[in-house]
Amino acid sequence: MITPSQTVGPFFAHGLPYAGDWEMAPEGHPGAITITGRVLDGAGEPVPDALLELWLGETGTRGVLTREGEGACGFGRCATAPDGTYRFRTARPAGPYGSLLVFARGVLRAVLTRVYLEDVPDPLLDGLEPERRATLLARRDGDVYRFDVRLQGEGETVFLDY
Amino acid sequence: MIHPPNLSSGYRSTILRAPSRPPVPFKADPDTIELTGPVFGHEEVGAPDADLTRQHAGEPIGERIVVTGRVLDEAGRPIRNTLVEVWQANAAGRYAHELDRHPAPLDPNFTGAGRCLTDDEGRYRFVTIKPGAYPWRNHHNAWRPAHIHFSVFGTAFTQRLVTQMYFPGDPLFPFDPIMQSVRDPAARERLVAAFDMDTTEPEWALGYRFDVVLGRTPMEDE
Repeated sequence: MITPSQTVGPFFAHGLPYAGDWEMAPEGHPGAITITGRVLDGAGEPVPDALLELWLGETGTRGVLTREGEGACGFGRCATAPDGTYRFRTARPAGPYGSLLVFARGVLRAVLTRVYLEDVPDPLLDGLEPERRATLLARRDGDVYRFDVRLQGEGETVFLDY
Repeated sequence: MIHPPNLSSGYRSTILRAPSRPPVPFKADPDTIELTGPVFGHEEVGAPDADLTRQHAGEPIGERIVVTGRVLDEAGRPIRNTLVEVWQANAAGRYAHELDRHPAPLDPNFTGAGRCLTDDEGRYRFVTIKPGAYPWRNHHNAWRPAHIHFSVFGTAFTQRLVTQMYFPGDPLFPFDPIMQSVRDPAARERLVAAFDMDTTEPEWALGYRFDVVLGRTPMEDE
């Protein structure tokens, strides 16, 4: 039998975040983009104690934990700020999307979603109603992609079964 | 269902944070990035990271313990070189976190965070201090049973697991909505470490064994 999930709780700040965790690509990395947004609860209030993990499919040449080495890394982690915001500086993924996990107090098992940087024909996107599809599409503004996670209620983000 | 449901109303914080719609199944194809996960280098994790009693100038107060176990897949195969992270309260039940208001002492010699990579048998090992129970404001007279938070990666992003390890025989189990959010009693038992005489070290520390079993990936289900 598998081990059940339990919430990350409110007090992970001394355990999980690490120096440079959100800097998957170093400053000045050619072609680097920023993925940023807010995590919101069912009342539309920001979630100030969430932890996000972004995975692009390849570990890359930069250290996951030390952030040493050249190039970029495909894994990042970011705790939300008091206003519910997060950010990742990253190289572009090889495909149209990155995989995003959200942990928080009150979330008994992390929710899994995808951040699509492009609206392309896609087996997952194409199976969703337009309103639901839109929750997975980041809004581009130059090198910055904005992606909010709505845990519950109106505009609730599409989460994946895993 | 082994995992707790999103909405578990006894645990108040779930009420506005649990998604209301069912999760969407996704078809796994060879390009599905969720079937892979980050690879960690041994040079990235040092031996001191796994001994939470030696991260400061002095020794922390409390009952020294060894916590060890294996990270396995559902078929019982070891998951090697995967990252295991732990964090916990100190012996008095206080976290080294600015928002923890429990009026119990901080310990200048204990931060309560560690990490290590599993070996070729999927084994991890931490030396730490037994954490204390602590109150929280979920309901009147709410106390969390003593626990150590675990974060485990596995080989696929869909195996990613954050959980909590409890200590055997804790009288707070029936009163804790977080532990009780796991509905299946047999599944709840998987969250409780076993006291282990083979891990216990003479004249030094009690030992506990806690194995972590990660789920299959969707690809394997097809």
